[in-house]
Amino acid sequence: MTSPDALVDIQNVTRTFGSTVALDNVSLQIHTNEFFALLGPSGCGKTTLLRTLAGFEVPDSGAILLGGEDLVALPPHRRPVNLMFQSYALFPHMNVAKNVAYGLERERLPKDEVRERVDDVLLTVGLSDLRGRRPKQLSGGQRQRVALARAIVKRPKLLLLDEPLSALDRKVRAEMQLELKRLQHEVGITFIVVTHDQEEAMSMADRIAVMNEGQVHQVAPPVELYQRPANTFVSDFIGTSNRFTGTAKPQGVEVAGLGVLPAVTTSLSPETLAHLVIRPEDLVVASTDSLDRGLMQGSVAEVVFTGGQTTLAITVEGHPRPVLATTPRASDLRRGDEVWLRWDTERAVVLAA
Amino acid sequence: MRRSRWLLIPFWATFVFLYVPILVLVVMSFNASSNPFSWDGFSLEWYGELAGNEDILEGFRNTLVVAVGSTVLATVLGTLLAVGLDKYSRSKALDAFTLAPAIIPDVVLAIGLLAFFTLVQFTLGLHTVLLAHVVFNTAFVTAIVKARLNNVDHSLEEASRDLGATSASTFVRITLPSLAPGIIAGALLAFTLSLDEFVIAFFTNGPSTPTLPITIYSMVRFGVTPEINALATLLILVSFTVVIAAQRMTRLTDSV
Repeated sequence: MTSPDALVDIQNVTRTFGSTVALDNVSLQIHTNEFFALLGPSGCGKTTLLRTLAGFEVPDSGAILLGGEDLVALPPHRRPVNLMFQSYALFPHMNVAKNVAYGLERERLPKDEVRERVDDVLLTVGLSDLRGRRPKQLSGGQRQRVALARAIVKRPKLLLLDEPLSALDRKVRAEMQLELKRLQHEVGITFIVVTHDQEEAMSMADRIAVMNEGQVHQVAPPVELYQRPANTFVSDFIGTSNRFTGTAKPQGVEVAGLGVLPAVTTSLSPETLAHLVIRPEDLVVASTDSLDRGLMQGSVAEVVFTGGQTTLAITVEGHPRPVLATTPRASDLRRGDEVWLRWDTERAVVLAA
Repeated sequence: MRRSRWLLIPFWATFVFLYVPILVLVVMSFNASSNPFSWDGFSLEWYGELAGNEDILEGFRNTLVVAVGSTVLATVLGTLLAVGLDKYSRSKALDAFTLAPAIIPDVVLAIGLLAFFTLVQFTLGLHTVLLAHVVFNTAFVTAIVKARLNNVDHSLEEASRDLGATSASTFVRITLPSLAPGIIAGALLAFTLSLDEFVIAFFTNGPSTPTLPITIYSMVRFGVTPEINALATLLILVSFTVVIAAQRMTRLTDSV
């Protein structure tokens, strides 16, 4: 199904390298002016998909439409798509202004227009003072801006960014995350960013496609991805979660030794193998001294205070791994304390095994 | 920790061993006497003699034709070969075959080339020497450009294509400039190799067009004259200039 405002329509794209399936029947729709992220571990096919959009890889089968027109038939230099490379790929023998002008000169635009557009884009990314520098004389953050300027000056319909922040140190990275979002609003170009860093994807993207082994597991906005993961790969990959395995029941999941753990009933047919997934911050931990019975009993194995919050590792009889729970601020609980665990039924997610 | 002075002895001994013969030669080229065992004072007489020696001047002209011609051809071929191998081949065997002419003994290559020229009934002359030099020079240029290619970020070419350049335009504007230090170094090496190459030139040359090393060889058969010393000194000067130029050029293009 194609929504009417889909800019990019990827239909059943498959790409294999020898016996490795890099893209396995991938279908995705990306909307105009969207900040879209392809997220997954290395080797999941996200970079192959990006390179296919740029034209450096050809799909074995499937179609890619950009604004309703076939993209696969066009060679890279004729596509209204630009890629910002992970290494930035700045031309070392040209200065900043020459690097940025390169793409416009290839379009054989008049000199005045090239100059004007280069000046504009350098102003946008804040590099007007450095126009005469060579790439080697720039810092990592400045190089990234040049790479970005060089790509957006072409006014592509679609800008692809391959791990745009991975070469930067932590502090610059946080700055550039905000900067990229600002720029995307300012220039009004659809962005597709590839990253293996879930935090990066969550903080920048409007929607995220989680990929693994060539397949798209879930496409959703960050909050939905976190709160309603579609399967255990997504729930494990995004953030931290506790997982209990048992059989599906109308009112939750029955786990051997722990009874029926309540959750919102899903479309899973009863008596099939199922996982109940709950995030650490959705668990409420209370001492057994309190009168309120919880849903599960355990003892505190470890207390880790990290400033803003406390993480508790709780040993639960009958569950192989410690259950993780986080509470805001410091906790009164000590190692060895017996505790009750409770959660809001709405917060627990039931997934097929 | 203070380094032992004794370790400097082998270092200086090696230097002396390498450079004393050259130094003697340079000094003797300015000797007014023609007797190599006595110093009769400073003189530029032998350089003057050199300028008037028609044999040497002809040899020099011939060598220049061969060196410049083979350098230009080998640089073009070697660069294209290196780029082609890098793009389209993963074969180690093909790499080895490409470099072979640089490694196999000169005399073997010389005999092979002579046999080949005879087989295709080429008249021997400067053109055959030039072609023969192209053979080993191409191998050297290829090796150096290939080494440079290994240090070049291949996403530069993809970036150029992505920004709207055709493959041809990308080759001229991106690939060649990023290889420039390697290409220049390869060309200068080819030039110096060709300049003093004797064995292959001796085998593949015709009788009437001696190159400079062949001229020198035929002169030396009757004893080393101070004239030869002067000529050798000039050749050393040329080689040094070329090597220093090569170093400076690669440094210049690397630093930007």
